[in-house]
Amino acid sequence: MQDQPTALERFINGILPENPVYRQLLGMCPTLAVTGGMKPAITMAGATAFVLILANIIISLIRGLLKPHLRILVFTLTIATFVTIVDRFLAAYLYEMSKELGPYVPLIIVNCLIISRVEICASKQSVGVAVADGVGMSLGFALALASIATVREILGSGTWFGLQVLGEGWPAWGIMVLPPGAFLTLGLLLGGAEWYGQRRSRRLVRAGG
Amino acid sequence: MVRAAALAQVGKGRGIGDGMELLSSLILIFISAALINNFVLHYFVGICPFLGVSRRVDTAFGMGLAVIFVITIASFLSWTFTYFILRPEAPIPVWVWRVVGGSPETTVDLSVLSYIMYIFVIASSVQFVEMYVRKFFQPLYDSFGVFLPLITTNCAILFACLEIMKHLQDPTRLWGLGEALTLAIGGGVGFTIAISLMAGIRAELDLCDVPRSLKGAGIALIVAGIMAMAFMGFTGVDRGVERAITALVGG
Repeated sequence: MQDQPTALERFINGILPENPVYRQLLGMCPTLAVTGGMKPAITMAGATAFVLILANIIISLIRGLLKPHLRILVFTLTIATFVTIVDRFLAAYLYEMSKELGPYVPLIIVNCLIISRVEICASKQSVGVAVADGVGMSLGFALALASIATVREILGSGTWFGLQVLGEGWPAWGIMVLPPGAFLTLGLLLGGAEWYGQRRSRRLVRAGG
Repeated sequence: MVRAAALAQVGKGRGIGDGMELLSSLILIFISAALINNFVLHYFVGICPFLGVSRRVDTAFGMGLAVIFVITIASFLSWTFTYFILRPEAPIPVWVWRVVGGSPETTVDLSVLSYIMYIFVIASSVQFVEMYVRKFFQPLYDSFGVFLPLITTNCAILFACLEIMKHLQDPTRLWGLGEALTLAIGGGVGFTIAISLMAGIRAELDLCDVPRSLKGAGIALIVAGIMAMAFMGFTGVDRGVERAITALVGG
């Protein structure tokens, strides 16, 4: 158990060094599907955070009872329970948003991000670490969704969170809020993140040598 | 027997006498799922294997076949469960409710259980299919068996189940088993088309001078974006096909 990261490391890792979207390429389907605007992106990030943190807590509490061959089934059933709660909650209090997100709320169940965190962290470490990991990863995921949604909403409709940011004369790039825009934006942002990372590591090598 | 009952139900629910209209609606569902609203390029489901298993055309095609296989089985099971147990006013819970003496005015609706039920059905059916194929169809297992466990967490399967569930909520326009299976197979075929095309393009990309920071997922996503734009060209094909079928039936 010595080589397992501590709670603080887990928390910090989730935000940038192991960012779920830019570094690990996890949870791509909500990342692409709900980032047409800031509001759905933030709602999705919140829903995912709720499910991830609570599933981490539950799995961490019962980690002594897990049988290896049944663990994936236990993970998915736990996650499905919390997703049902989120889905009913959204349908009751944010009906419009629930309509807009449509099938992507139930699809949180098969979001690889959650299963991988539960498998890597919560099923091996204590509750405190699992919560820190869940919060860190959720923040990282929210950050990634918000960055993509910012680009797509500003270029696609000239607004940000529904507020006008580019002048009235902006010819909205319709393609950005349609499916192809999602792929293009994420591809270019990934390239940008990669380029920045490479440049920084080169500079570190040069400074060290 | 279930199939016959389902087809009869479709006929009753919509007041369709001849099978021609059913056939045309099936064709439309198929074209829409496979091309116009392609699962990968329009709904973004199944992105993980789309990016992960698209390095070689033959493995990509094997993955596509495995998805078609599993999506058909999972949709069959989830349609059956939804139709008889989970949808509002489904026959089995209504019968149980009457037997235990519940009041007849209450609406019996178990749809809150559907997500848990679907994921359970998918996970267990994939498990059984894998064991069965390994035992009895060794060549088939060798060609796509390795992908089967991966498919449990493939969103495309759950997405097909959710779409079928959406069409079983409204009691006046229920989908029969035929429509559900057509949607599932169409979605699977669409996935296979997308992932095979992607693998072909990536094989060509290996010979190109791609900027270093875009190598791997970056360029794959940009290519997918261009493919999505190309697939947008299919918009409206369904209306054309519908007109053609109507003309054919009318003439």
